[in-house]
Amino acid sequence: MSQNIVVIGGGPAGIEASRRLRDLGYTPILIEKEPVLGGHLARWDRLFPDGVEARKVLEPMLADLDGIKYFTDTEVSSINRLKDTWVVKLSNGLSAQVRAVLLTTGFDLFKAEKKEEYGYGIYERVITNADLEDWFKSGAAPQFDDVKVIGFVHCVGSRDEKAGNRQCSKVCCVTAVKQACEIKERFPEATVYCFYMDLRMFGRKYEDLYLKAQKECGIRFVRGRVSEVSEDIDGHLFVKAEDTLFGKPLKIKMDMLVLMAGMAPAASTAELARMVNVLPGEDGFFLPHSLIDSPCTCAREGIFYAGTATGPKTIPETLSEAASAALAIDRYLKSPQK
Amino acid sequence: MIDFGYGLTPSATLKIEKVDNPLFAELHRLEPDVTKCIACGSCTASCSAGVFTEMSLRRVILSLQRGREKETLPMLQHCMLCGKCQLVCPRGINTRHLILSIGKVYKMEDKAL
Repeated sequence: MSQNIVVIGGGPAGIEASRRLRDLGYTPILIEKEPVLGGHLARWDRLFPDGVEARKVLEPMLADLDGIKYFTDTEVSSINRLKDTWVVKLSNGLSAQVRAVLLTTGFDLFKAEKKEEYGYGIYERVITNADLEDWFKSGAAPQFDDVKVIGFVHCVGSRDEKAGNRQCSKVCCVTAVKQACEIKERFPEATVYCFYMDLRMFGRKYEDLYLKAQKECGIRFVRGRVSEVSEDIDGHLFVKAEDTLFGKPLKIKMDMLVLMAGMAPAASTAELARMVNVLPGEDGFFLPHSLIDSPCTCAREGIFYAGTATGPKTIPETLSEAASAALAIDRYLKSPQK
Repeated sequence: MIDFGYGLTPSATLKIEKVDNPLFAELHRLEPDVTKCIACGSCTASCSAGVFTEMSLRRVILSLQRGREKETLPMLQHCMLCGKCQLVCPRGINTRHLILSIGKVYKMEDKAL
């Protein structure tokens, strides 16, 4: 009988790691609190930098779950150390005794309504990056008329000490550029602005996408963070920022504003950390043994991490980390027991 | 560019190698958050004085870091300490304390603040 391994979190990291562990001869038990597997990826329409459909990445993964026991709508009730094993109790009444637990609990999208000065949830024409993906995915037309000027606000809840998120969320810059190009395709007559603090085009082809956004799509980039948004009597928006490269404040009327909500630590992180007796990092994400050469292991024996549970990551980074977590678990289980 | 001393006008280049700033170090001691600034411009965008004058807290901080404190006085004298910059600063800088500290360290009390 093959050995069980508990994987907590059924997003891309959890699914990919489970598949790899199964290929290595183990039986993963994958636990997901939502009704469906796929995490945030299941909600997304297209992926940067090439605009590949998210479902084309996710569907092959979901079609390949043979040999993986998975439970949706299920949460972890408790995790306890028993000799050299972990006893994981689930909300569905089942429990498992395993030598290795993989935490792939991911991130929570920053709640944009926390930045009250941007008016999300107050002004109708202020939406988030996730709302925009929902709209692209469902194909439903926007409810706003005369959309002629559209703005993207980078770093909403990222690099923001007041919001308790000092870290850069890493993926929003290129997501904003991708979404700006997509919105320009839907509203070719519209003027589209991106308000950024610093543009972090770190990945392969990201810089090309940024150049395309300027050359082909005519997106206007303004280096300055939006400081506040207000609404006029017709529901149109007034956006204030400083063009910091020019050194002048500006105020511009907009018909739609998209807030690039960043990545915050998953709400479950603190509770799970307490259960397995580890201390999360100062930023609230799980802290692995080393961010350089052992991103999947931690101080507690038999506990492993993969994906955005340890900080913002792209999908390819998450998938490759899931693979290396599977190998780290395999090596741990094959090493002689103390 | 080498300045041979024959020019009619002084060089307009920024001489960052000459910035040796004990005053900025003193300011940093009084208000350590001054180095948290990421020059996002939120303060300037919401500044009540910035619409009509050259006041820009973002530029004040940069000017001090570049050793150009003389340029900050004309800006800071328009500040009314209304505190809107503090409301919008994503780094949570106590801008009121920062501005008052600048006045103290750079001896601007009698002139501006």
